Amino acid sequence: MATIQKLTRDLLRSNWGTRLFSAQTTKDSPIGINFAFSDTDKEIQDVARKFSREEIIPVAAHYDKTGEYPYDLLKKAWSLGIINGTIPEHCGGLNNSSVTSCLIDEELAYGCTGIATAINSSGLGQAPLIISGTKEQQKKYLGRLIEEPLVSSFCLTEPGTGSDAAAIKTKAEKKGDEWVINGQKMWITNAGVANWYFVLARTDNDPKASIGKAFTGFIVERNTPGITPGRKEWNMGQRASDTRGITFEDVRVPKENVLGEVGGGFKIVMKTFDYTRPSVAASCTGLAQRCLDEASKYSTERKTFGVPICQHQAVAMMLADMAVAVELSRLSSLKSAWEYDMGLKNTYIASIAKYYAADMVNQVASNAVQIFGGNGYNSEYPVEKLMRDAKIFQIYEGTSQIQSLIISRCVIDRAKQLA
Amino acid sequence: MARVLVGVKRVIDYAVKIRVKPDKSGVVTDGVKHSMNPFDEIAVEEAVRLKEQKIANEIIAVSCGPQQSQDVLRTALAMGADKAIHVEVAGAEYETLQPIHVSKILAKIAQNEKVDLVIVGKQAIDDDCNQTAQMTAGFLDWPQATYASKIEKKDDHIVVKREIDGGLETIKCKIPAVISADLRLNEPRYATLPNIMKAKKKPLTKITPKDLGVDVSPRIQIVKVEEPPVRQAGSIIPDVDTLVTKLKEKGHA
Repeated sequence: MATIQKLTRDLLRSNWGTRLFSAQTTKDSPIGINFAFSDTDKEIQDVARKFSREEIIPVAAHYDKTGEYPYDLLKKAWSLGIINGTIPEHCGGLNNSSVTSCLIDEELAYGCTGIATAINSSGLGQAPLIISGTKEQQKKYLGRLIEEPLVSSFCLTEPGTGSDAAAIKTKAEKKGDEWVINGQKMWITNAGVANWYFVLARTDNDPKASIGKAFTGFIVERNTPGITPGRKEWNMGQRASDTRGITFEDVRVPKENVLGEVGGGFKIVMKTFDYTRPSVAASCTGLAQRCLDEASKYSTERKTFGVPICQHQAVAMMLADMAVAVELSRLSSLKSAWEYDMGLKNTYIASIAKYYAADMVNQVASNAVQIFGGNGYNSEYPVEKLMRDAKIFQIYEGTSQIQSLIISRCVIDRAKQLA
Repeated sequence: MARVLVGVKRVIDYAVKIRVKPDKSGVVTDGVKHSMNPFDEIAVEEAVRLKEQKIANEIIAVSCGPQQSQDVLRTALAMGADKAIHVEVAGAEYETLQPIHVSKILAKIAQNEKVDLVIVGKQAIDDDCNQTAQMTAGFLDWPQATYASKIEKKDDHIVVKREIDGGLETIKCKIPAVISADLRLNEPRYATLPNIMKAKKKPLTKITPKDLGVDVSPRIQIVKVEEPPVRQAGSIIPDVDTLVTKLKEKGHA
């Protein structure tokens, strides 16, 4: 055990390994690998599971139909401490490990990924501050989210950019002690409900400036004059989530709200994704598990040709494929979270987890609808919503194609090192 | 200010479908989700509310059972109990552990800890015994207020509304006393994540029945455990006349 710990320490990235062992997920294992959760993690998982089953599932269809923002659930989740868990202790948070976050996210997603995104995606806005905020910035903006049931929002994408994040046009110019932001953002989760935003803007006008130096991250208060959120977008799925465009017009931000170094914004965003992709993969796992549970239960009840349909091999094998996808999604998401907690560079495995889990949940959800047959296509039954909710996982937080690109680059880099 | 003892039992979760072991020696517990007995959750919640109303100042949770019983003790601590005592009873001894043993243990701890109130669930959902509160009161020679659906503290006594057949009975009873919680007493809270973390620092001591001088040797032997009979399939009959004829045939009319 001592050797393993030393090895892990040696592998630590020196710059941001502060979360190391913040929540031990292992008991002593003679084999050196351990899939057991700590007692505390099991208790946390129980609370999240109970909340999801008792509070989210009964109202999921309502929020899907109306697209309302689930304030009541946000307040309840906030009072239980289910959300905002990764906020550091000095701001009143629990400093949860990435593994713990994954356990919670999977449970919430099981109930409804729309509601889960609505109440939990504030974590994406918080991540840049947790990664690179000063103690003062953390205390002021993260502490606020612990004191009141408020949410934050992460503003990266623009009407003309998605995967091509470097094409961001929103600009920030320094004027005296302030920065003035102008531009437009699009598909911003929590745009209409957030108390503050993380905004990535271009701060170097030279078109030849490298990505690593051209952008800066800012913390922007919602009530700053010049900010106009657009209308709520009506999306295919995850409808409880508040998605809008935002216009920034001469929005003045004090220089204290620059996150990290001027020009270092893109790196912060990339690190943010290393941190959030395990959780997104965990959400896929939760949704896939729900599909499997709904489909397998239905398959024991619905009869054709005189027997429950689960006794037909064609259906039984679909269930088996779904189960394989659920288990492997879970393993890859937890491994990428564990690597993050150990302070390792997890980009490769986090992309694998996100890529695999997002693609598989779409296949699993489609299979669930198939097993339900005509009923699966009908909104009186739960699975058509699950299938609509699944699609966005291949798009947000880096499309499947971008994940595939990241993975391939890691593979090629390694090949070059071996050569 | 009162000191409150709550009994919490680890049982198979209420949502689990119970299966009998093939050799009929008991029910399957391996790999089955367990949780705190729901009536005990209500007991813990009531104790926590008494503390919030400043009627109680310390809550001690007790569980008798194997190592895993500490899971429900941690839940009790996360809900608001101040300390926990795990009375370890494992293996064959646990299989034949009866309310009479648990009552003796609770009575002994109640005396050692100088508590003023013992609150337990009215029954556990696994064995449905509904005896522990009554026998604990017996061993302590304290008054009992069973099936409580409302508890109020008045000066040196408590007023308890009891759920009885067809209505409610209100009784006044002296302290110290033993109370058993019924379904409508309260709605237990969720443990919050910060409280789960805080609970890790609360004391949990492990003792054995022997330490308390309680003999838990079996008074019974489990002969056989059987599934309830499977419901017979019904049949559809063409009209009322046939129904009446059939009922007459079977001697129902």
